[in-house]
Amino acid sequence: MKMREQFPDLVFQSLPGALPGARIEATPMQLMALCRRVRESSGRLVTIWGEDLRDEALGFRLCIALDCNDELIVVELRLDPENPAYPNLAEIFPSAGRLQRAAFDLVGLRALGGDTRPWLRHSAWPADVFPLRHDAPASPPEAPAEYAFVRVEGDGVHEIPVGPVHAGIIEPGHFRFSVVGEKVLRLEERLGYAHKGIEKRFEGLPAMAGARLAARVSGDSAVAYSWAYAMAVEAASGTTPSARALTLRAVLLERERLANHLGDIGALGNDAGLAFGLAQFSRLKEDLLRANVAVWAQRYPMDAIVPGGVAADVKADAARTLIANQDAIAVELERLREIYDNHAGLQDRFMDAGCVSPELGAQLGIVGLAARASGNARDWRNAMRIAPYARESCPVVVRPQGDVAARVAVRFDEAVVSIALCRGWLAALPAGDLSVPLGQVATGALGIGGVEGWRGPVFVAVRLDADGRVRRCHPHDPSWHNWPALEHAIIDNIVPDFPLINKSFNLSYSGSDL
Amino acid sequence: MWRLLQQIRRVGLASEPVPAPDPSMLQHELHEEIRRAFGRALAIRQVDAGSCNGCELEIHALSNPYYNLEGSGIRFVASPRHADALLVTGPVSKHMAEALRRTYNATPEPKLVIAVGDCGACGGVFGESYASLGGVANVIPVDVIVPGCPPTPTALLQGILAAIRKPRASV
Repeated sequence: MKMREQFPDLVFQSLPGALPGARIEATPMQLMALCRRVRESSGRLVTIWGEDLRDEALGFRLCIALDCNDELIVVELRLDPENPAYPNLAEIFPSAGRLQRAAFDLVGLRALGGDTRPWLRHSAWPADVFPLRHDAPASPPEAPAEYAFVRVEGDGVHEIPVGPVHAGIIEPGHFRFSVVGEKVLRLEERLGYAHKGIEKRFEGLPAMAGARLAARVSGDSAVAYSWAYAMAVEAASGTTPSARALTLRAVLLERERLANHLGDIGALGNDAGLAFGLAQFSRLKEDLLRANVAVWAQRYPMDAIVPGGVAADVKADAARTLIANQDAIAVELERLREIYDNHAGLQDRFMDAGCVSPELGAQLGIVGLAARASGNARDWRNAMRIAPYARESCPVVVRPQGDVAARVAVRFDEAVVSIALCRGWLAALPAGDLSVPLGQVATGALGIGGVEGWRGPVFVAVRLDADGRVRRCHPHDPSWHNWPALEHAIIDNIVPDFPLINKSFNLSYSGSDL
Repeated sequence: MWRLLQQIRRVGLASEPVPAPDPSMLQHELHEEIRRAFGRALAIRQVDAGSCNGCELEIHALSNPYYNLEGSGIRFVASPRHADALLVTGPVSKHMAEALRRTYNATPEPKLVIAVGDCGACGGVFGESYASLGGVANVIPVDVIVPGCPPTPTALLQGILAAIRKPRASV
């Protein structure tokens, strides 16, 4: 969409870096008009974050990142230091609701007319303390508070509270089911249990050291986060990594996608009663991790990407090891897919379970893998033309059904694509430096970065100081937009199908709890 | 079904021997050790007290055919009331501290606590802050620490075995 032509009175300042983008300073009215236009042109909200600029006598700043299909626009809104309030974006983008609640909990910026319940704040700090403000106390007193769940009333309705400690080996979160018999009438999620102060932790870190923290925002997406972070730091410091470094990053990202998809396909088989699937796919995933050790000396190469490039090279024999590993997986993947596809019991559980129709998905603004399984062919690898993806044709896999079966099918198809992409890159790695030193930083300049991780688009925004330290870093997980869709997907399904449906989305708790 | 059986036959047994701290230790000796300590198989309740989910990936890997944890008489259970040991990943977020304490209190004696990962050990990259209490030992008593980011399945197995062998006051 051509936003520049549609809003001639706004100043679009192009942002440097690999992710095509621009920033705009806007008034609340202009912001709302922009958001409506993005929504009408099937764009997406990416994220919302707040910044405390009172030490520079600039009040507060609210930043809204919008995905305009082929570029990213960051809208900046100046807010009054005494009364930092802004219009409610949840009227336009439903998934803005929780992001706005988080922006209030952390920085104290209030959306007018939105849901006023806390989101990330449970008990660790009181309602009048905002941890990301510069004058916030380092150790605020604990302040336990009740949370007002929405109640469903009627004959025979009862509640099932689940979590934060779950029965399986998964992250902490709370689910409140309102059910009649076994049928779910309503699910309300309450997250924030894994909130560990990541954004605060970034403040003051040297840009290079921040990479280690970025890789641990969500451990299963370490490559996606460290690449997005590195891209943002490189944008803020005018640094361009070599073609070799970028290609090696893409190999790492596709192998991360492959590892997670293999794990999920196996776990989904298991959740539908086919333990054989878990055994087979967890074996393939283990083979992949062991091949990683041979090349990166780590099963999960969490710190392989650094701002400026990559930490380690892949030599010719190591590239052959990776290709052989992936080719072996490809053969088994095809065999196992036939078994999955022809297994009546498995397909019976997968099909029509946890359905999110393309219309509902578009309305909720879901992203990534889940969106592609609900008919939306959005994929940043293609849309944003980030090297080395820009040079390849990266086929986008899409299914219209929106059920568990579709999310399984997208994983199978994407695994095949990842293997093919890696094979191409590894067979002809371009020359170039492993990493280059960071360039000069303009204090407070915005740097953005983003890649299509295995769940969906992972986005990072940074502002650095002239001495190369992080002033503000905001990492964003695609799960923010898909958690609300899970609440819809479970409606009219039975409680025992929840683990299967939940796993089919496999959303991040840590990544959205920050 | 025929293809499924063919695949099982083709793959065969993938399980590897248990990497005991003492390499001469045989699997049946390990069973014996677990039986001596707990009178039966070892039941573990895993608690994510605020981790990045990296440690969980490797804890999952323990159940894959290569490590075959259940083959060693160790299994994961759904309730702390059924557990002999808690496998806790960190850092312990302030929002999870109460849930972790309650889980600990719900676990019957004798019980073991294994703190997993650099974050479980000391808070790792997240440290202690307005939202994080740091290492698991800051919240509940810890018997064994398995460092690593994330620790490998082998390191996790060795940590579990070390915890079983640890002499305890009241068994």
